Amino acid sequence: MKKSEIPQDKSNFMDLYYAVDEKGNYTTATSSGWNPKTIASDNAMRDISERTEKARIRVLEGKTSPVEYYMEMHKMDPNILSSYVGIWKWRVKRHFKPSVFKNLSQKTLKKYADAFDISIDQLKSIKK
Amino acid sequence: MELKFTHHQAAHCENGVVSNLMKHNGFEVSEPMVFGIGGGLIFLYIPFLMVNHAPSFTYRTMPGHIFRNFAKRVGIKIKREKFKNPKQAQIRLDENLKNDNPVGLQVGVFNLVYFPDEYRFHFNAHNLVVYGKADGNYLISDPVMESVTTLTEQELEKVRFAKGVFAPKGHIYYPIDFPKELKLETAIVKGIKQVCNQMLGALPVLGVKGIRYTSGLVRNWPKKKGTKKANHYLGQIVRMQEEIGTGGGGFRYIYAAFLQESAKILNNNKLGELSKEMTFIGDLWRDFALDASRIYKNRSAKEDVYNDVADQLLVIANKEEKFFKNLKKAIA
Repeated sequence: MKKSEIPQDKSNFMDLYYAVDEKGNYTTATSSGWNPKTIASDNAMRDISERTEKARIRVLEGKTSPVEYYMEMHKMDPNILSSYVGIWKWRVKRHFKPSVFKNLSQKTLKKYADAFDISIDQLKSIKK
Repeated sequence: MELKFTHHQAAHCENGVVSNLMKHNGFEVSEPMVFGIGGGLIFLYIPFLMVNHAPSFTYRTMPGHIFRNFAKRVGIKIKREKFKNPKQAQIRLDENLKNDNPVGLQVGVFNLVYFPDEYRFHFNAHNLVVYGKADGNYLISDPVMESVTTLTEQELEKVRFAKGVFAPKGHIYYPIDFPKELKLETAIVKGIKQVCNQMLGALPVLGVKGIRYTSGLVRNWPKKKGTKKANHYLGQIVRMQEEIGTGGGGFRYIYAAFLQESAKILNNNKLGELSKEMTFIGDLWRDFALDASRIYKNRSAKEDVYNDVADQLLVIANKEEKFFKNLKKAIA
């Protein structure tokens, strides 16, 4: 890529490119963004909001617990959540069941609340 | 307390931290040189490492390996420490700053507040330099950022103790011993050999073979995974190829810059020619990303468009196979 060809599309980040100058020597220059990358990022972000929204509806329908909703919101999966709360993955998944979630101890709830950086009350009730 | 430390923006965090720490200690080593000597270039498909619900495709070696190989090959000693207790980790950091020693830290990016949201995933192998503390805030030189920034004690503790794959565990590192003079010549040859072996390796998911394998995957995604997943996975390849830190074209341009610099050091014109060739291959990767982005922009699942980008990957694989065979000969 020539230095003059470094894309300057819109994005939230200035990153550094390596490119050749007129004489063919390598040099660096910043780029304000490149659409193919930005579209991929936007899609990934949209995917996360869709997942979160789906989880939210399922919580309201009583099909899952708020743990799954907050997990999606924090771009986590059961593996990552498990390592943050220090609870085995199969137990984390079990806590998705509203009937199991209902009977969780304060101690366990606190672990989830801390991982999501919210209070236990916020964890228990989600916005309608 | 603020140490004299010059921030240089780099494309990639790991090379950038090493290059900046080397410069701080009086050795002019460029980012491409660190990347090349550290043998950073690769292609690897990692099906079981799911990032954001899609499999991983990486264009660089495992986190930490570039630095380790670079240090070994130029003869620097590095002190590394990990911690169980966050308080202990902070004490050790503060001690180093008191002793005028800027240090490298491994951190997770999910809670890195100065990153835009779309880059804040659960990726734990980011690197930055802490070069001082002022009013209770740490002074941060993050190589991928244009300028320096700060983090509070809590913010830094959070990213140093991120959880999940590659959990940093407060990982702190800094060079403690340098050779009198850096001997780059032999180090360059070793770095190049490593990359040739990686790219021409026998594993089906690695190097040139890995690119061919990925081409086959891409071809079948619309049939096997459905439109939505196929588009999501394709976006994942492009993101990993062009994410902050690759310098464009999945590290191919940085590598071309390294070959150009090495041609002068080793007095080897062949490397200069190969640098041009690598730039061209980098352009092909960019073309692939551009065409792939048209697919996921239009949310298309027509098989012929997937076949088209899959064919582009095959062309790249053939070019890179020839390239690395020639590179191997050029330094023999």
